[in-house]
Amino acid sequence: MTAAEIGRGLRAGSFTSVEVTKHFLERINHAGKQLNAFITVTPERAIADAGRADARIARGEGGPLTGVPLAHKDIFCTAGVLTSCGSRMLSNFVAPYDATVVERLAAAGMVMLGKTNMDEFAMGSSNETSWYGPVRNPWDGTKVPGGSSGGSAAAVAARLVPVATGTDTGGSIRQPGALTGLTGFKPTYGRVSRYGMVAFASSLDQAGVLAQSAEDAALVLGAMAGHDARDSTSVVVPVPDYAAGLGRSMKGLRIGVIREFFGEGLEEGTGRAVRAALEGFSAMGATIVELSLPNLPLSVPTYYVVAPAECSSNLSRFDGVRFGHRCKEPRDLLDMYKRSRGEGFGAEVKRRIMTGTYVLSAGYYDAYYLKAQKVRSLINADFKRAFSEVDVLMGPTTPTPAFAIGAKVDDPITMYLNDIYTIGANLAGLPAVSVPCGLVEGLPVGLQIIGPHFAEARLLAAAHSWQLVTDWHRRLPPLFA
Amino acid sequence: MTLTRRDVEGIALLARLEISEQELPVYVGSLSRIVGFIDQLSAAATEGVEPMAHPLENQVQPLRDDQVTEVDHRDRYQGNAPLVAAGLYLVPKVIE
Amino acid sequence: MSIEWETVIGLEIHAQLATRSKIFSGSSTAYGATPNVQANLVDLGYPGVLPVLNREAVRMAVRFGLAIGATIARRSIFARKNYFYPDLPKGYQISQYEQPIVEVGSVEIVLDDGARRIGITRAHLEEDAGKSLHEGLGKQSGIDLNRAGTPLLEIVSEPDLRSAREAIAYMKKIHTLVRYLEICDGNMQEGSFRCDANVSVRHKGRREYGTRCEVKNLNSFRFVERAINYEVARQIELIEGGGSVVQETRLFDSDRNETRPMRSKEEANDYRYFPDPDLLPLALDEAFIEEIRGALPELPDQKAERFSREHGLSRYDAGVLTASREFADFYESVVGMLGGEAKLAANWVMGDLSGFLNRDNLEIGQSPVGAKQLAGLLVRIVDNTISGKIAKEVFEAMWASQSDADRIIESKGLRQITDTSAIEKVIAEVMASNTARLADYRSGKDKLFGFFVGQVMKATGGKANPAQVNELLRKMLAG
Repeated sequence: MTAAEIGRGLRAGSFTSVEVTKHFLERINHAGKQLNAFITVTPERAIADAGRADARIARGEGGPLTGVPLAHKDIFCTAGVLTSCGSRMLSNFVAPYDATVVERLAAAGMVMLGKTNMDEFAMGSSNETSWYGPVRNPWDGTKVPGGSSGGSAAAVAARLVPVATGTDTGGSIRQPGALTGLTGFKPTYGRVSRYGMVAFASSLDQAGVLAQSAEDAALVLGAMAGHDARDSTSVVVPVPDYAAGLGRSMKGLRIGVIREFFGEGLEEGTGRAVRAALEGFSAMGATIVELSLPNLPLSVPTYYVVAPAECSSNLSRFDGVRFGHRCKEPRDLLDMYKRSRGEGFGAEVKRRIMTGTYVLSAGYYDAYYLKAQKVRSLINADFKRAFSEVDVLMGPTTPTPAFAIGAKVDDPITMYLNDIYTIGANLAGLPAVSVPCGLVEGLPVGLQIIGPHFAEARLLAAAHSWQLVTDWHRRLPPLFA
Repeated sequence: MTLTRRDVEGIALLARLEISEQELPVYVGSLSRIVGFIDQLSAAATEGVEPMAHPLENQVQPLRDDQVTEVDHRDRYQGNAPLVAAGLYLVPKVIE
Repeated sequence: MSIEWETVIGLEIHAQLATRSKIFSGSSTAYGATPNVQANLVDLGYPGVLPVLNREAVRMAVRFGLAIGATIARRSIFARKNYFYPDLPKGYQISQYEQPIVEVGSVEIVLDDGARRIGITRAHLEEDAGKSLHEGLGKQSGIDLNRAGTPLLEIVSEPDLRSAREAIAYMKKIHTLVRYLEICDGNMQEGSFRCDANVSVRHKGRREYGTRCEVKNLNSFRFVERAINYEVARQIELIEGGGSVVQETRLFDSDRNETRPMRSKEEANDYRYFPDPDLLPLALDEAFIEEIRGALPELPDQKAERFSREHGLSRYDAGVLTASREFADFYESVVGMLGGEAKLAANWVMGDLSGFLNRDNLEIGQSPVGAKQLAGLLVRIVDNTISGKIAKEVFEAMWASQSDADRIIESKGLRQITDTSAIEKVIAEVMASNTARLADYRSGKDKLFGFFVGQVMKATGGKANPAQVNELLRKMLAG
């Protein structure tokens, strides 16, 4: 059942939140080790919260999400619960406060079942860098679910939980969403508060949702979004009723197809599924026009300057002094820093910290960091120009379906190129969603829809329309049907 | 563009990361690959282009009222600390 | 013949802004709290926290910029200064690098030999770090983060200062200014006002600067002077001995009265400044700035100039009186109550009153003799009730007992004797008891006049009006 369906069922009295919660906890228990989607499960607290939700519903005070279970990516601080970010560095860190996202979804009555596995500090595209081990794709246990929100994606795809939160810095919601057959939504930068979301790359990070449908994404996004005075980068823009706007017609929708996304590197089956989806939109009355965003191919190298630069600084607070991992018997201060951080961080995180340190260092700042910021402007301008002609942009979310665990860990660049279609939207702060649009040799692939700033409602409506005429989003991984 | 061992040792020191003798050549290799990859940017024509630090243009910093809004939660916070005494966070002695 | 050396000094002053809460968090900035009770999640650099800028810190920076005649940047950027140190929780300090909030300005310093204008390159906002305690913890250092996040205004002077004397005058000027503006309490013992000195030497006449050293840990005017003098001598000796100055950061050791290199800064620090992505550009509009300009108090220079003009005081005296706003207000209050007599008031405020304040280590606000009381004393000098000399005695009694001048004059019977016949009577008695000296005086020994004055004063317990004594004595001694 989708989150929306569960919500309706709860309010109709068809079942209780405690029953639903227990059902999902059972599934998690059963499939837990297999997928490794969860780092922490919080059964007692969940049942207690479910009980409270039932009481609210009984009083007639429930909303569409009251009593609906969810899981949070382990990057969101949850008071009193381990918040590890998939890292040894925080493997002993019990957060003393709730992230705004956690607070708001709890206020909407949602019941947290646990914290999901993720690439360490959100750095990765396959959920293979976690201190807690890799997550497996429910569609094929030998394949990756994508990353960094791999745990959230696997959990929802296997229906261990109806919906889960994720974060997207370079594609970390959309890409795993595509590889696991889910609706993965990343809102406009600043739409959702980053307070309590452990920072990776501050000018790129956004919280979002891994859902079974556009309707679910609309409900959860509506509850998460909105200005937060604790986050200076969060915007003061009213949050529309996303669920109410889903039924918009696609007739006359101007769709731009990004020429640069259909070049070399796009796997054949994926390309075919995406093109078929575009034809589907044509059939609904949308018009398709091909556009060129010439600077877009530079988005990956741009990202791999900006994101490491910001993360190299954001991760300096992990020094073993006030929280987190500290090495045993440090000889002196320098030794304490070096060994605590050397032991606490995995290889990918260290690589990115060092890349970031390098591009910001004296003599290299202009050539790399400043240069990347300028190219970012060019990419942003490309998008702006595109949106003066079209309402949305469409293309593939990933170049291929899910790849084998271990297949790409040896060469960072090969891994980085998985984000080739998703990164642009992060650099320009644009909202984007991935919706399931086919199966290639039994593995899901996604259609990506990108909109201008604050066009979440438009994207959700497009995704919803697509889901009214297709059933890719209802398909279940064979092992979890 | 390849980085040398010394380059990587310098970067690791700035970033306070311990890299073992065995690991060092691996990092030299991967970082060189990455730097080679990002060197693509040098070809982009960016004269006269303003750098973009934030994705939302025209957004400016909001200001907060000057009020004390925090209460003492020291004990709760220090529960997470590796080493504390008399309310102080302890680290190996720093010699000036 | 040795070559003439020129000293070049630039000062970096860190003034803690007197806001209630920290620059990026709602924690209190109050001094002296138990360790770490004023350090919240943002101050501690916890995962997931974010900074939000304090409006009052911005206003205070603007106030300072306007007071030094600087351009206020309509758009300024916060940047991260990255380095590792246990008292820096995030591993970076939020500061400003390119595009600071206050641009070029200047202040005037007045020395005995004239006035000079000292340039200020910039002033910017940043957050303070915490404190490290090294004593009593064995092989550990203890970190207190109460101070982490307190707003600082970093004020950077041009290298325009040419001597330790000038450096002190500049430092005092800034110290006075920030207190006048009520943006900083200037308490150096508590660390609210700190100074680093950049010192270099060069041969007089050369245009290029010599290699400079930065001297830190200067938290008193005296230390700044001693540190600069030591450092200048060290550098000259080094160069004259054939060596060269190494650019480094040094600490001033006040016990040994010397500077030495700072261990932790020995490795070259690459701060990797970049704009802080968690903070947006600070945009200030005209209305914001003009509102602050309109509320500026009378500044020390303006006040000194007014005292000079309206009260006829010398520039130097006006400068001393305006060293602090409270001091100037006290003085002006006394003048107001006296309805004039500025010079008298100035002398007493700068002289006796200051002397007693210094002796008892009190600030003007703690003076047991208030402005009203002092005016009450001075008016009795003006109206001849007591002499200036007796007034000193009365003042001392007022200080100790906190009583009024009139009450003391009455209870101690210190009224001046101004009755002519009474004085004449005393003079006559003195003359009669000192016939030999009288004869000597009359035969030309003029110096004996002082003897007779002394005798008259002694006989009257010091209370005879000195001017009258002089006049009458001259008449009567002449015969």
